Amino acid sequence: MTTTTPAVSPLDLDDKLALYRMQLALRLFEQRAYDMFLENLVKGTSHLSLGQEAIAAGVAAAMKPTDWTFATYRGHAHTLARGVPMTPVLAELLGRSNGLMAGKGGSMHLTSVEHGVMGSYAIIGAHLPIACGAAWSAQFRGTDQVAVCFFGDGSTNIGAFHEALNFAAIWKLPVVFVCENNLWMEYTRTTEVTAVENPAADRASAYGLESIMVDGNDADAVYEVAAAAIARARAGEGPSMIEAKTYRHGGHSRADPGKYRPDSEVAEWLAKDPIPRYHTRLLELGASEDQLVEIERDVVREVDLATEQAKAGGVPGEDLLMKDVWADGGSSWRN
Amino acid sequence: MAQLTFREAIARGIAQEMRRDESVVFLGEDIGAAGGVFKGTVGLLEEFGGVRVRDTPISEQAILGAAMGAAMTGLKPIAEIMFADFFAVCWDIVVNEIAKSRYMTNGQMTFPLVIRSGNGGGLRFGAQHSQSVENWAMMVPGLKVVVPSTPEDVIGLMAASIRDPDPVIFLEAKALYSTKTEVPDGEIVDSLGTAKVLRSGSNATLVALGAMVPKAMKAAEELAGQGIDCTVVDVRSLVPLDTQTLLREISATGRLFTIEENPRLCGWGGELSSIVSEEIFYDLDGPIVRITTPHIPLPAADALEDMAIPSVERIVSTVNKSMNS
Ligand SMILES: Cc1ncc(C[n+]2csc(CCOP(=O)(O)OP(=O)(O)O)c2C)c(N)n1
Ligand SMILES: [Mg+2]
Repeated sequence: MTTTTPAVSPLDLDDKLALYRMQLALRLFEQRAYDMFLENLVKGTSHLSLGQEAIAAGVAAAMKPTDWTFATYRGHAHTLARGVPMTPVLAELLGRSNGLMAGKGGSMHLTSVEHGVMGSYAIIGAHLPIACGAAWSAQFRGTDQVAVCFFGDGSTNIGAFHEALNFAAIWKLPVVFVCENNLWMEYTRTTEVTAVENPAADRASAYGLESIMVDGNDADAVYEVAAAAIARARAGEGPSMIEAKTYRHGGHSRADPGKYRPDSEVAEWLAKDPIPRYHTRLLELGASEDQLVEIERDVVREVDLATEQAKAGGVPGEDLLMKDVWADGGSSWRN
Repeated sequence: MAQLTFREAIARGIAQEMRRDESVVFLGEDIGAAGGVFKGTVGLLEEFGGVRVRDTPISEQAILGAAMGAAMTGLKPIAEIMFADFFAVCWDIVVNEIAKSRYMTNGQMTFPLVIRSGNGGGLRFGAQHSQSVENWAMMVPGLKVVVPSTPEDVIGLMAASIRDPDPVIFLEAKALYSTKTEVPDGEIVDSLGTAKVLRSGSNATLVALGAMVPKAMKAAEELAGQGIDCTVVDVRSLVPLDTQTLLREISATGRLFTIEENPRLCGWGGELSSIVSEEIFYDLDGPIVRITTPHIPLPAADALEDMAIPSVERIVSTVNKSMNS
């Protein structure tokens, strides 16, 4: 497919400082969520984006407020990156009534329609076709909205992935698929169970799409490919698929120590941590150390405040239990 | 008034709503240029064009995922799953995504969509193209389940389903596609959650759904000749379920016979029996009897399929035996 890439506006220093702040916010939020999991305050499960923050932050920086995000169970970062405040997200993880969905969804289903976060989905691959539907609706109504859909490397082997790519391509839908290739699907190395080396990029050509790969630990690079893909989608040029290489610093979920991964691999990727890298870049671009320290202090304050407010949240009441199965707000199935 | 087949009623119902509401769109396999594999959607592409009536690839997950994504962002999609058996390849989207997402998001999302599908046996298609799956759908919290039995109800219930803000599984009995009845002209709009009393009797109440409704009516006629006077109720909507009408009609005769095409285990009649036992047990004059397809995959041969699906003869003999024992 030949594509004409519409011009992408480059990020200036202020934009980059904001991008740094966002990455740091995602990092410190996830660390707090992990600590609170170990304290048994975060119940059930949670899947952190520690180490992968540059992707959620970089892509979100390229989106308009009216665009839509479709995330996975590993979706705290993607939700926060769209501007959802930390308190309701953390409170949702704690199962409190001030949670984003009042405790009815939990960590894996973060949704904030008012911020364009159209759900986090925990059945592998299911949200790719759903993102196609939102994109179809934008196309049908003639709005310039774009749907952006995040998923992991392991999710490229399920049928819904392939159905969605073909569907998006034939209908030329304004959707951008972003594969966060962190090399692992739970406890198995994805290349061990995948026919190609690059699980998303190598499949793109099968659907007439360009093969786009990017360093997922470089927020600026992510921003650039995302902005170009989003611009193409907005211009009616159809879908794109981006494969962003990255690594999760922690385990798959909960308290998984991730011991199945060789130490050398972990060390190699820790050295490529997106946040110190971005810090160094900002200093080279002329930001001052003081500025960056102030940003960090500000983020710490935000996380601490969210922690306090989330913990202070109430227990969801029985009134919520039977609410909102149906659009009339109720759950009645008989008269 | 015009004579209309069940299959023509489908296109008429969809067209009625597409004319009324620009946000109603329709997608599925072979629905456009081909007019549907059962010819239930003839003329829709011609009237509404390829932007609103869209043929899809053979991708059931993509079809229903697209319907869901479109519904959450303001459209009112109608999606076709050609044969109800094929729900098995996209059941995740139905059960985990469409049905749960309003609840999980604390009411942030609404899914005004209809999934219509050719359901059940009678066409000798064999086990993978004949199952009656109303019990699959009924057991899922968050889905409404509608099963019309006449051309007029197809139009009215289709309109009600499309206008309803919640996801509706609309099951069309394949065995009824060629039935033809008088249908009034003009707009027809019915309401969900309303059972219909088709015949009033004093001895027994036959409760039927979809393709079993005309069989129940025929059986009631024969039973009348044998001195058993039956009420026949067409359930029409499993969710919401019109228990008021059902319980009233069952209480009135004191006997309940369910006539179900779904395989026996966890069929809708089991749920109805439990409601009846809990709420009007002392109004009953005899056991509840369920007349269902046995718990088997459906065979293809006409002789075998006819033995499996409840027939007029089986209904008559079962009711007769039970009433006279
Ligand atoms: C259909 C389905 N199968 C299996 C699972 C269990 N599961 C949850 S996450 C996961 C690994 C996914 O790996 P990947 O797509 O690479 O995403 P990552 O967790 O690395 O972000 C699996 C197998 C699931 N949620 N859904
Ligand atoms: Mg992975």
